[in-house]
Amino acid sequence: MGLISKKDTKLILDPLTDDNPITIQVLGICSALAITAQLKPSIVMAVSVIFVLGLGNVVISLMRNIIPSKIRIIVQLIVVATLVIIVDQVLKAYAYTLSKELSVFIGLIITNCIIMGRFEAFALGNKPWPSFLDGIGNALGYGVILIIVGFFRELLGSGTLFGAQVLGDPVTKTGLYAIGYENNGFMVLPPMALIVVGIIIWVQRSKNPALVEEN
Amino acid sequence: MAVNKDSNVYTIIFTVIMVLVVGSLLAGFASVLKPTITANEKNEKQQNILYALGINDNEESGAATFITENVEAEFKKYIKTQYVIEGSKSTENNEAYLIDVKKEGTKAKKAGYVRKLPLFVGEKDGKEVYVVPVRGKGLWDAIWGFVAMDKSMTIQGVYFDHKGETPGLGAEIKKRFFMDDFAGELMLDGTTFKGVAVAKGNNDPLNNIKDDYEVDAIAGATITGDGVSAMLKKDIKMYVPYFQSLNK
Repeated sequence: MGLISKKDTKLILDPLTDDNPITIQVLGICSALAITAQLKPSIVMAVSVIFVLGLGNVVISLMRNIIPSKIRIIVQLIVVATLVIIVDQVLKAYAYTLSKELSVFIGLIITNCIIMGRFEAFALGNKPWPSFLDGIGNALGYGVILIIVGFFRELLGSGTLFGAQVLGDPVTKTGLYAIGYENNGFMVLPPMALIVVGIIIWVQRSKNPALVEEN
Repeated sequence: MAVNKDSNVYTIIFTVIMVLVVGSLLAGFASVLKPTITANEKNEKQQNILYALGINDNEESGAATFITENVEAEFKKYIKTQYVIEGSKSTENNEAYLIDVKKEGTKAKKAGYVRKLPLFVGEKDGKEVYVVPVRGKGLWDAIWGFVAMDKSMTIQGVYFDHKGETPGLGAEIKKRFFMDDFAGELMLDGTTFKGVAVAKGNNDPLNNIKDDYEVDAIAGATITGDGVSAMLKKDIKMYVPYFQSLNK
């Protein structure tokens, strides 16, 4: 048996598709609304969550046999908060510009319900290695949706990708704007993130009817 | 020895140990990293002051970039004198840029406290330029910046930053297209101070008129924009007496 068994692959790949934390479990919606107006913060948030969730799952898994069940939620909160503060401090010291750009997002990770959800549902009952993979998998599943939403919101809302104008200049009317195209300002507002997530859920369910609940 | 994990004693001991471990871990990180973080913050302030002055690496159209290397040397080169203004007297102080504008604002609320106002005099294209810090409130959190003016209080350049404005909306105040609009705007109407307002629906979206005391707002960022207007009006007003004494 190699380092990654078939079961382990499932741990990583399932959350990307049929067990996606955002589109199937509908967790982590709050941060998906807040930060996806542009592509860059979406990617950065995805990377930060991968780090925190992967590491946090390992820590919780290592402690799973000594945590008193009465206070396990508080313990989980402390673990995630500690990790997030350490990440924040290290970024401030060694990647100052990046940390400025992330500003509140780093703190927002603490409130991400996917993290607490995975601690509670998986890491508390499994060994460190599978917990690590589960954390990475779920964070990737979360990140993929974030990046898709961020891509469409930035492209249609501001006509840019990573801040670069890809559809022409709206002020001097070049590119697409020359033939009457306009940016949809509504796309940069949070409600459109919900609608884009809704469309992704729709597409996913129509491709895989097994996901549709029977009434 | 079997340990009863549900007993209160175990829970309390676990909590105490956990708090100790986490507390010392975080305290350790904080004290090890603090010098680096403070140095970064100092550098950033110098970069921002230079940015307002127009000393920056602006090449891309979208983003604002500044010199990251040798900030300290560049700062010394362009900023000739730093002043601290207290009431009607001003004293030279080479560390004026380290004055915490936020703390001064809080202290100033107490009666009888004379607020320390930092002012940086730089030289650009042979002309003296005065840079002052501003600080206010956006939609979610603090916004702040630096404004560079000439003797007649005409804006030469600005730098804005924010703590947590909405990406794509309020956060755009630190983008070049917004900050560049301020250059050349008048703030004095004769001798009355009017400031510059971030205005919705003005008739000058390309900002060709420089004496209307207005720049074009960012759509969807009304409250952040209002915050910028209020911040400019309130904080720069404190410097008006100084500029009047300059022009006498």
